[in-house]
Amino acid sequence: MMPNKKQMYDKGKVVIGLCILVALMTFPFWFNLGKAAPPPDPKLSEKAKAAKECVMPKAYMTSEHMQLLNEWRDTVVRDGKRIFVNSSGKKFNMSLSSTCLDCHTDKAEFCDKCHNYASVTPYCWDCHIDPKEAK
Amino acid sequence: MLEKALTGTKKYYGWMTALLAVIGVGFACYLWQFSFGLGITGMSRDVSWGFYIAQFTFLVGVAASAVMVVLPYYLHNYKAFGRITILGEFLAVASVTMCILFIFVDLGQPTRVVNVLLHPTPNSILFWDMIVLNGYLLLNIVIGWKVLEAERNNVAPAGWLKPLIYLSIPWAVSIHTVTAYLYCGLPGRGFWLTAILAPRFLSSAFAAGPAFLILLCMIVRKLSKFDPGKEQIQSLAKVVAYAITVNVFFFLCEVFVVFYSNIPEHMDHLKYLFVGLHGHGVLVPWMWTSMILMVVSIILLVNPVTRKNETVLVVACITVFVGTWIDKGLGMISGGFVPNPLHHVNEYVPTLPEILIAIAIWAIGFLVLTALFKIAVTIKEEVAGLA
Amino acid sequence: MKSSRRRFLKIAGISALGLGAKPVLDVLASSSETAAPKTTKGDNVLSAKRWGMVIDTRKLQSEEDLEPMIEICDKIHNIPKFENKNHEIKWLWAEEFKHEFPMQEPDFLDDRLKHMSFLTLCNHCEKPPCVRVCPTKATFKREDGIVLMDFHRCIGCRFCMAACPYGSRSFNFRDPRPFIKETDPNFPTRTKGVVEKCNFCAERLAVGKIPACVEVSKGALTFGDLDDPESEVRKVLRSNYTIRRKPALGTGPSVFYIV
Repeated sequence: MMPNKKQMYDKGKVVIGLCILVALMTFPFWFNLGKAAPPPDPKLSEKAKAAKECVMPKAYMTSEHMQLLNEWRDTVVRDGKRIFVNSSGKKFNMSLSSTCLDCHTDKAEFCDKCHNYASVTPYCWDCHIDPKEAK
Repeated sequence: MLEKALTGTKKYYGWMTALLAVIGVGFACYLWQFSFGLGITGMSRDVSWGFYIAQFTFLVGVAASAVMVVLPYYLHNYKAFGRITILGEFLAVASVTMCILFIFVDLGQPTRVVNVLLHPTPNSILFWDMIVLNGYLLLNIVIGWKVLEAERNNVAPAGWLKPLIYLSIPWAVSIHTVTAYLYCGLPGRGFWLTAILAPRFLSSAFAAGPAFLILLCMIVRKLSKFDPGKEQIQSLAKVVAYAITVNVFFFLCEVFVVFYSNIPEHMDHLKYLFVGLHGHGVLVPWMWTSMILMVVSIILLVNPVTRKNETVLVVACITVFVGTWIDKGLGMISGGFVPNPLHHVNEYVPTLPEILIAIAIWAIGFLVLTALFKIAVTIKEEVAGLA
Repeated sequence: MKSSRRRFLKIAGISALGLGAKPVLDVLASSSETAAPKTTKGDNVLSAKRWGMVIDTRKLQSEEDLEPMIEICDKIHNIPKFENKNHEIKWLWAEEFKHEFPMQEPDFLDDRLKHMSFLTLCNHCEKPPCVRVCPTKATFKREDGIVLMDFHRCIGCRFCMAACPYGSRSFNFRDPRPFIKETDPNFPTRTKGVVEKCNFCAERLAVGKIPACVEVSKGALTFGDLDDPESEVRKVLRSNYTIRRKPALGTGPSVFYIV
């Protein structure tokens, strides 16, 4: 036979603690109420618009460009191969600074727009040079 | 059992708070190092390993010394050591924790440390070092915890612990051998390229570790109702006596080989350490101090009259620990890098932030050690009905 | 109470597994639907089985003779210049005979060699100790013999620096960018915390150019395939006496010096 009276020890402290916990856990939601950031609006450069097609189809690039870059860097550095032939047979030099940024000339207007929104700070730029900055 | 580390005397809380303060200071320095780079240390292109790796090398030895308590008890039934195996194992846990932390703060790109797991490279001794260190840590945590728990519950330890305990014995030897193998297989570093490096590491470890364990036993005896035992301390002291003697003997072998063969490139490193080279000799007073301390400790420990006197024994253990620490923690690294492979002499002296980070890691080790010892000693007090 | 709580946790755990299984399987199953892209080497790439270099010290007397080579290497590879000698980064530099060949200096060395400056660089050994010790294969030997650094993978443990018998490697103790005089946009800089060294201009070989130091050496440096008996570098080695640095260590250096 189970006892009818159930007792919660330190009820006051537990409830206060729980309230603080819930407040902390939901902080981002209630603190940012009404301050939704506008969706990112990357702008293609003139050269990119003229090229019409990126190295790979747009959908793939949007979701997997980092994976592509990782494959590129291993292939260039470790296998010594620098030419990328995409599924349409077009050849590209596998280089962030001299291929990607050659077309997407304005990093701040294109790459950084989404990266800043998603709070992503890729450290590529610690080493790889943005041709615009180098000038 | 963990809750036993959360309660204690005022002194206990004070000690733990002081350690946390030291850790805080060192952590702040590490944040600076993380953002600036290893340039805040005294390391250079020529002496590319310094204080951090030296501390790691020394502490691997201290960790391995747990085997000196485990082996006699489990393999040779030396019942007396049954009282203190847990102390040896917990010392090993604290030491290996410090080793891993020292390696971590020494990395130039610590966020990439997972690469060692993602790209396993069996030809690299660092890969094996990672395996044996983490394995040893896990072994000692599991063995120590479960054996202590069994003691508290007044039952025999579970059967599956036995094979793990037997495994921990060669594993202890392996952690320090592998660490020695980091150094003694490098063709360009004549000071380290010697077969006797691994034996010397082990002998110095089996001197420093048990010496420190003796000091810890005496502190435990003073601060609690659990007495590790006079016989246990004396047995450990005998281990230290022979280990330090062998260590000094091995070193003298090195001296003979180097100076009798008269090969300039080999002599240069010992000359740099003990008399200075090309006007540089910042380590000379340290090395001679280390030698004197180690010889004094041999005299005090081999002689039964002085060894049995526990006050003198404390002095002897301190001299062993400091002497071997200077030998491994200061002399060994600089000695290997100076002069560099092109025979330039560029000295290394650690900087203040570097030292503060190192002290903080020692403090973390002491924190872990104090907590674990508090648990073990409290349980032993309870079991003996002394609490 | 115990059994119902345990039941609840069991059910919760299995549900979590069940709910999580499909997305995980989806991710694993999905592969690129596009036709597989390929990667190749460029048409004009220079290739070899084992790249090597011969330095004719008879054509390089003083430190001034070495300057153009050291300068071009520093320039095209964005080598920083630090005031603090501890942090110095050098891929190609000058040393005297007694430092270049420490165990080989005879007592009465001829005057020409005694005061000469020798070009010092990574030897791109056949059996490199640095590659043997690297725990992540960030330092690796390519199929053409070049010992290369993968700066993306390096964890900065500096084991390779301890292993190198020639002191050829440098570590980035701090961010190098503020200390680079003129950034060359065609080659990346490095970041703090990684090791670097001469790369035999692998980026130039990939586009059909010989290493920069060889190009400006006015014939003092010969570069070629040591495995090809008809290469220029083998011809030079057949007709001249050469020495290498610390040959007794068995590393098999690929850099030879005509003295």
